[in-house]
Amino acid sequence: MAFIPHTCADVEAMLATIGVSSIDTLFEEIPSTLRVKSLAGIPDELNEMEIGRLMSERAREDGRPLCFIGAGAYEHHIPAAVWAITTRGEFYSAYTPYQAEASQGTLQLIYEYQTMMASLTGMQVSNASVYDGASAVAEASLMAVRANRKSKSQRILVPTTVHPHYRKVAVATAGNQGLRFEEVPYSAGEGVIAATALAKYEGEDITAIVIQQPNFFGRLEDVDALTDWAHARGILVIAAVNPTSLALLKPPGSWGTRGADIAVGDGQPLGVPLSSGGPYFGFMTTRMEYVRQMPGRIVGRTVDLNGREGFTLTLQAREQHIRRAKATSNICTNQGLLMTAATIYMSLMGPQGLERTAAASHARTRELVAGLTRLKGVRAAFQGPVFHEAVVLLDRPVTPVLEALASRGILGGLDLAEHYPDLGHALLVCATETKTAADIDSYVAALNEVMQSPPAGDSLADRSVTRSAEGRAA
Amino acid sequence: MSNVPADLKYTKSHEWLRTLPDGTIEIGITDHAQHALGDLVFVEAPEAGRSVKAGEPCAVVESVKAASDVYSPVTGEVLAGNPELASEPEIVNTEPYGGGWLMRVRPAAGGATAQLLSPAEYEKLLQEEGD
Repeated sequence: MAFIPHTCADVEAMLATIGVSSIDTLFEEIPSTLRVKSLAGIPDELNEMEIGRLMSERAREDGRPLCFIGAGAYEHHIPAAVWAITTRGEFYSAYTPYQAEASQGTLQLIYEYQTMMASLTGMQVSNASVYDGASAVAEASLMAVRANRKSKSQRILVPTTVHPHYRKVAVATAGNQGLRFEEVPYSAGEGVIAATALAKYEGEDITAIVIQQPNFFGRLEDVDALTDWAHARGILVIAAVNPTSLALLKPPGSWGTRGADIAVGDGQPLGVPLSSGGPYFGFMTTRMEYVRQMPGRIVGRTVDLNGREGFTLTLQAREQHIRRAKATSNICTNQGLLMTAATIYMSLMGPQGLERTAAASHARTRELVAGLTRLKGVRAAFQGPVFHEAVVLLDRPVTPVLEALASRGILGGLDLAEHYPDLGHALLVCATETKTAADIDSYVAALNEVMQSPPAGDSLADRSVTRSAEGRAA
Repeated sequence: MSNVPADLKYTKSHEWLRTLPDGTIEIGITDHAQHALGDLVFVEAPEAGRSVKAGEPCAVVESVKAASDVYSPVTGEVLAGNPELASEPEIVNTEPYGGGWLMRVRPAAGGATAQLLSPAEYEKLLQEEGD
């Protein structure tokens, strides 16, 4: 099915058919005060040649740095075939086509995607994807409120080991719909959910808990114990997972005795380029018993009148074009193009390829952390296993160090000061299979060079300056 | 023409009510409603112990065409949701006034009640709606 815009002749023919003289006449019933004439701050259009030049210039400003930043988006090798196939005309659309069943190939691909994601997460059913990992956590929280019919509180426990952006988006999306997100602190030495912090929720009505694995610090949570703890108290478990890690780690469907109830995450590691922060896609899988509470589109396999296999959108009765305000979600669709890339990526990689990618990323990160923490003034923040990210502590503020590294062509990680000021001078680093031993050596050598100069001023004094500045702002 | 039994009360939103000998109330959707929805594929009946208010959504009936709310005609406490419907929602299509009941409610003393229609009034409503 081709995606070609209407020509002027098409538009005129359609207007003539319904007896309307122009597009403006068609929209006449919209009062002129409500019409947007021009958008302030939006520059004039550029043609392809101009936009091509502008974007190459912007890209040149970025240079070709070695990237050791993860924090939710990861640089992985993407086989060339992934985007060569994804950008074929048959697939090149952002959404599910409106006459979905006319696009059997698209629906079959979504069906394959759902099968792969259900298998990867160890759950029974998947939707056709949502916007991104953060919105998936928000949607999963709303879904948990619908699914957990025994709980009336709409209280969702969100440990601070969950990605800070995911937490913010969950509050922004669902906070005004009566959901209360309550933060659970992490254990200072270990960088995982503090088991003692959960004790205060004994006997209280809690709807769900979000558990991120690996967590934002790269650390592995005790997901079995946490899941069983939650289920014993009627609390649903929302697993927020990295899809690459699932090639090595236990899938959410096998957490604890019963498995997690909803699994979500950002699908970016599966064939989607970093691309300055997006677009990415979110995935969402669950148990069959909760399928009617799951938002988004779901493709099913069926047979037609003649018994031939066909694919169709299913369970649409809960969607917004039928349920309107009472739909399972009014702010989600699927990320068709990126989901397509992910399906092709997973097909090309296979379980073995994904496992090798995950294992190599883990090994590179261990080498990186070992190299960095050999330097004077650098130490590991937490004890215990990680997947492909870790937090190191520096003896000085992180941002100036990152700036010095950037001038040497290295993006050295994420400064955690904004999100976790209590951690001190904490730096979140990541290495994937894209980094060679030589790349890691370059980073360690560059950091060594930067750290040769003594820390500028007393670090405690620096921190108190930051605090008083914050106090004034507040 | 829809079946409108003479021994029941009705609502404008197409629920029926049957007062049982012990004073509790059995609630379902009418023959007209099941016919308009088409083949039901899922029924979400309320859990026992839940408080319902007159006029508020208390159950969802889902067909291949649409998912619709069922509104409680009375204020009270749910004694039971029909457990059979979880695996056999089609009973609502075949026996809307019998085995297809949705829930049983104990009305609260002095609780509000939605405006109820007699069988004749409900039939008139259906005629006005073009049944």
